[in-house]
Amino acid sequence: MHPMTPAPYRVRSRRPDRADTVTLTLGPLEGPCPPFLPGQFTMIYAPGVGEIPISISGRARTGGYLQTIRAVGAVSGALCRTRPGDVVGVRGPYGTAWDLPAAAGLDVVVAAGGLGLAALRPVIRELVAHGSRYGRISVIVGTHTPATLLYPAELARWREAGGIDVQVSVDHPDRAWKGPVGLVTRLIDQIVFDPRRTFAFVCGPEAMMRATAARLVRRGVPARRVALSVERNMKCGVGRCGHCQLGPLLTCLDGPVLSYERAAGLLAAAEL
Amino acid sequence: MNTVVMESLEPLVAGLRSDGFTVVGPTVRDGAIRFAELSHSAQLPAGRGDDQQPGHYRLTERGDELMFGFAASPDSAKRYTQPPRQALFRMRGAEVEETRSQAPRIALLGVRACDLAAIAVQDRVFLGGRHPDPAYRERREALFLIAVNCAVPGGTCFCVSMGTGPKATAGFDLALTELSAPHRFLVETGSERGAEVVAPLPHRPATGDDVTAAEEVSRVAATRMGRQVDTDNIQERLAEARDSPRWTEVASRCLACTNCTMVCPTCFCTTVEDATDFGGGQAERTEVWDSCFTLDFSEVAGSPVRGSGSARYRQWLTHKFSTWFDQFGVSGCVGCGRCITWCPTGIDVTEELGCIL
Repeated sequence: MHPMTPAPYRVRSRRPDRADTVTLTLGPLEGPCPPFLPGQFTMIYAPGVGEIPISISGRARTGGYLQTIRAVGAVSGALCRTRPGDVVGVRGPYGTAWDLPAAAGLDVVVAAGGLGLAALRPVIRELVAHGSRYGRISVIVGTHTPATLLYPAELARWREAGGIDVQVSVDHPDRAWKGPVGLVTRLIDQIVFDPRRTFAFVCGPEAMMRATAARLVRRGVPARRVALSVERNMKCGVGRCGHCQLGPLLTCLDGPVLSYERAAGLLAAAEL
Repeated sequence: MNTVVMESLEPLVAGLRSDGFTVVGPTVRDGAIRFAELSHSAQLPAGRGDDQQPGHYRLTERGDELMFGFAASPDSAKRYTQPPRQALFRMRGAEVEETRSQAPRIALLGVRACDLAAIAVQDRVFLGGRHPDPAYRERREALFLIAVNCAVPGGTCFCVSMGTGPKATAGFDLALTELSAPHRFLVETGSERGAEVVAPLPHRPATGDDVTAAEEVSRVAATRMGRQVDTDNIQERLAEARDSPRWTEVASRCLACTNCTMVCPTCFCTTVEDATDFGGGQAERTEVWDSCFTLDFSEVAGSPVRGSGSARYRQWLTHKFSTWFDQFGVSGCVGCGRCITWCPTGIDVTEELGCIL
C-alpha cells in the first residue's frame, strides 16, 4: 500500500471536551487498531477537506484510538463536526514515543500546556497504573481559563487516586477559581522532585515548552532527561513531503518527541 | 562492461519503440531544450548548443553535427520519476481506492551524469526509508535510462565539485559518448536490459581509438566546468553558518519565486490537493510538487515558521548542502547548475556558498 493511502476508520463516539474541542474514538472498519506508543500520532483525513496530525491520547475500551481535536482550521473543524458513524481516513501511528522506560526509578514531572495534555495523557495513565515503578510523580497543567481545562474529571480522579501530585494553574481565573494563577513554569517551584534523579515529559505551545524545559534544566534536571513534543507542519507523517523539517530533523520521523538536549539549540534558532 | 559503436541512434529509437517503450529525449521547444517524445532520432537538436549563465539561458547554433552539444535543460528526469502531479486515492463513503495509473514504460534518452546522481538521491528519499513508495518503485523499474556523457558543460555546471560527473559511471542501462569525425556513438551497457536492447541493433565492437576518443571527451569536459564549490566539510561548515549576515543579503535579491526548487532534480517536497465532486460524496487526493520558498510550506497554527525570505533561503541552501546528509546520507546537490541558470535574478549557489562559508 502507498504510504499516503489512509485506512477507513469509523467515528465510534464523540465526546465534547470544551467549547472548541472534542475527543473522538476512531476504530478501523476492518481488523484491530495497530499498536501505538505514548507520544505517537496519526494522520487523520477529513474526506475532501484535508489531513492533519493528531496525537493519540489513549486506547478506548472498545479498542479504538482516543484522539482529542481542537477546531482551529478547516480540517480540525471538519473533524470536530463529525458524528458517530461517520468515516474518516487514518494513517499511522507515526513518530517517536515518550521514553517511559528511561523514567523508571526516577522522579517524574509531567508538564502540560493547554491541549498538550492530550499527548501526555497516555504517559499519565501509565504513571497512575504503575506508580511503584517510578519515584515521586508530579503532573502540572497550565491552561488559559478554568473553562478551557482539558480532561478536568480525569485530572480530579488522578489526584484522588493518590500517589500523584496534580496541580493546575490558569492564566485568567474566574471568580470560582481558588487554585494557582500564572504560567505553568511557576508550578515547577511548587512540586517536589530531586532534579538530578528526575525525568520530565513536557508538551504544550513551543514557548511554554522552551520556558518549562529551561526552568527544569536550571533546577538541575539533565537536558537529556527532559522530553518535548515538537510541532511542525507535518503534511505526510512519513518523511516524504519535507514540510516538517527542523534543521537536520524531519520531525515526523525523528520526532515529535525529542530530548531537550537535541531540541534546545534547534528551537532557540529563530525561524529554523 | 561491453562497449560497442553505433553510427546512428535511429535503430535504437526504433528498437525501443518496438519494444513498447515511449522514447523521451531532448528536443527544441519554447526556445529551450525540453524533454519530449521522440519517434525519430532526427528530432534530436543536432547542431544546437546553449549559453547558460546566472539568470540566463539561450539556445545557440553550433554549426556541427553533435546531437547532445548542450548542458542541463530545464527538464530533468524528476518529471518522470516524480511527476509534478500524482493521483493518490479516491474515497467514497467507507471505500478507499488508490488511483495511481500504471507506470509508463519510458526510455529516457540523454540523461546526464548529474541527473543519474539525482535519481540515486531520489531513490534514497522514496525507497531508502521506513515508508517506501511503491508508485515510485514502479516508475523507476519501468524507466530505461540512456545516459549521454557530457561533451559541452554549461556555464553554470559544477558536477566535478559535487563528484557526480561529467562521465556517467553507474545507474544507467546504456551510456553514450558522442564522437565526431566520423559522427558515431560509443555505447556502454550498464545492465542486462541494456545489453538485450543493443544486441539486435546494428553496431560494431569498439576499437581502442573509439575508447580513447570517448575518454578524451569526458576528460576535456571535466576541465570546462563553469562553476565550482569547495565541498570539504561542507555539511558541518554550513550548519555552523546559521547566523551569517549573507542570508539577509541574498534574501534581498531572492523573489521566493520557487524556480530553483522546480528545476532542481532532487527537490522532492510536495503538498496535497483535495477535491470533491459536486455532491460531496467522493473525495480525491493529489500530491503535487511544492517548494520551501512558499509561506504556507512551514505554517504551524496559522503562521509560518519561516516568515522571512532569509530564513527560507537558508532552509533551502542548508538542506541541499548540509542537512540532506543528516536525513539521507548524501548531498542534496548534484551540481547540475539549473537553479543558477533559472533564477530570474541570477542568484548563484556557488557564489553564495563562497560568501557564507
